[in-house]
Amino acid sequence: MDALLIPFRYDYMVTAMWVSAVIGAVCGLLSGFVTLKGWSLLGDALSHAVVPGVALAHWLGLPFAAGAFATGLLAAGAMAFIKLKTPVREDAVIGVVFTSFFAVGLLMISLRPAGVDLKAIVLGNILGIAPADIVQVLVVAVAAALLVGLKWRDLMLFCFDPNQARAIGLPVGRLHVLLLALLSATAVAAMQAVGAVLVAAMLVTPGATAYLLTDRFGRMLGLSSALGAGCAFAGAYASYFLDGATGGCIVTLQALVFLIALVFAPKHGLLATARTRRIAEPTDLPGASLGTDTPTSSLPGGASQARPSN
Amino acid sequence: MTESEPISLEAENVTVTYPSGQTALRDASLRLEGGTICALVGVNGSGKSTLFKALMGFLAPARGTVRVAGRPVREAQKKGWMAYVPQAEEVDWSFPVSVADVVMMGRYGQMNFLRIPRAGDRAAVEESLRRVGMWELRERQIGELSGGQKKRVFVARALAQGGRIILLDEPFTGVDVGTEEAIVALLRELREEGRLVLVSTHNLGSVPEFCDQVVLINRTVLAFGPTDEVFTPENLTRAFGGALRAFEIEHSTVDAHDGRALTVLTDDEHPLVLGRSGHLEYRRRAGREDLVSEREKKAREEQPPAA
Ligand SMILES: Nc1ncnc2c1ncn2[C@@H]1O[C@H](COP(=O)(O)OP(=O)(O)OP(=O)(O)O)[C@@H](O)[C@H]1O
Ligand SMILES: [Mg+2]
Repeated sequence: MDALLIPFRYDYMVTAMWVSAVIGAVCGLLSGFVTLKGWSLLGDALSHAVVPGVALAHWLGLPFAAGAFATGLLAAGAMAFIKLKTPVREDAVIGVVFTSFFAVGLLMISLRPAGVDLKAIVLGNILGIAPADIVQVLVVAVAAALLVGLKWRDLMLFCFDPNQARAIGLPVGRLHVLLLALLSATAVAAMQAVGAVLVAAMLVTPGATAYLLTDRFGRMLGLSSALGAGCAFAGAYASYFLDGATGGCIVTLQALVFLIALVFAPKHGLLATARTRRIAEPTDLPGASLGTDTPTSSLPGGASQARPSN
Repeated sequence: MTESEPISLEAENVTVTYPSGQTALRDASLRLEGGTICALVGVNGSGKSTLFKALMGFLAPARGTVRVAGRPVREAQKKGWMAYVPQAEEVDWSFPVSVADVVMMGRYGQMNFLRIPRAGDRAAVEESLRRVGMWELRERQIGELSGGQKKRVFVARALAQGGRIILLDEPFTGVDVGTEEAIVALLRELREEGRLVLVSTHNLGSVPEFCDQVVLINRTVLAFGPTDEVFTPENLTRAFGGALRAFEIEHSTVDAHDGRALTVLTDDEHPLVLGRSGHLEYRRRAGREDLVSEREKKAREEQPPAA
């Protein structure tokens, strides 16, 4: 029993676990929007696009979150601009922009390596996180939680039906920018925990898992942030025993939870779908109407009086 | 006081060009007032959805203006006047929201900053769902509905919003007769309440039955006005070209011995029937006796009995 409590005896482990949990919670919260808006690729893109900003911030002696946030937004803006002005498919635009940003970032770091730990950017370094970086993470987390808490219904409508949002006079453009800004900021925070390469997982997997578990958006957001926090905490904890990369532990755990949900989810899981199909089979005759559907076979009025003319 | 001011919708020389360079609509002009059901009729790709989106302010016209009661669309949106029932293909049916959630979205404009529903909002949602007969299914995820039920949910959302201008993009496509009649009955109620209803449809035959005005469109507005003035053979030919199938009784095997006892059957839509001089024929005489006697009189005047 005592052996299981060992990680809690080390300050750096305790810090790593709770900071990871905070990051996991915000990423999970955002992942609800990312998965439903079809922005999974964008999450990945932003996490790579922040790299040149990190390098630049180091050169200029600014907090790295500021630089990362700036290039993240710049990349999002560039993607939106190209998509608007050309018929190139969205996934291709995203691919071109984020790899370019990432490449520039790598180039910048390789040109002036002093002070920038490439490995920490790409793979994360939550065990050695500096107090200043913790503050940055907390600021991002609190701001994101507040904004989503206040505006989640507007953001939901923006994701579900942007036309309706516009029709009732919501500021659709501003909601779009807000969501992008939150994503960029969160991607920066998540880079601390799992590194740029795995940020996308943090921003997608909890949302995808929660989607399998509920049919209500509000509940989905709650679930995905709880899953994000839980997996991040447990992953960081497990990394102590496995002596493996924290990011790898967290994301592997998230993937495992996703797999479990995929199989066992009460309604959308593989087992549940197989079960309902088995139950439905014997009665699933053509013409059998479901639930309260009105039968469509009734003839239009007057048809019964049809008689052949001679 | 703004609620009592009459509502109107006006498009002036609206031209819409998509980013791809495709000009879907050129110099479209129309003017409609409250208390009407107007049909928007045209072939596939004629620009019906495009015109709707321009009227709703979703697409900015390259040229021309849209005004609602003399104001910019943006202002009308803020007041919650503009309600839109999208074409079914435009909706993400796998989104985790219930029927009641979707209808509640119609109320967001009227809610406070946090969009927390109040008793009034809940009552509006319940009333709208009951009016379209979907109250029992309010807890369903929206993807778990039939095509007709899905349509009704979005109609309910427009009702809950209380829009004074309601645009419905093909609400009757893939809908059974019962649902179509229910929606039509609802649109009539909305007209009685003084709202402006604009509905795009491919069911030409049902247009005279419930629409008092028509906008004929093919890349531009070809004609608009009262149904019996717009639905002439010339206008319909201009709008549809060869895309209409006609059964011309004169050239058919139908003969004098049939008298007036013909029965026309179609598989899904009401047929559009035009009389000898190209005027509209309606499905039921009841309620239109005046029209029949007037036409009889006119025919007698025009063709004095042969000597
Ligand atoms: N997003 C778009 N980008 C480019 N062109 C478009 C776009 N949407 C529509 N178009 C083009 O504009 C024209 C009008 O399209 P629209 O959707 O308004 O037609 P519609 O009358 O609603 O047709 P349907 O009866 O099939 O619904 C079509 O030629 C179409 O190809
Ligand atoms: Mg259309």
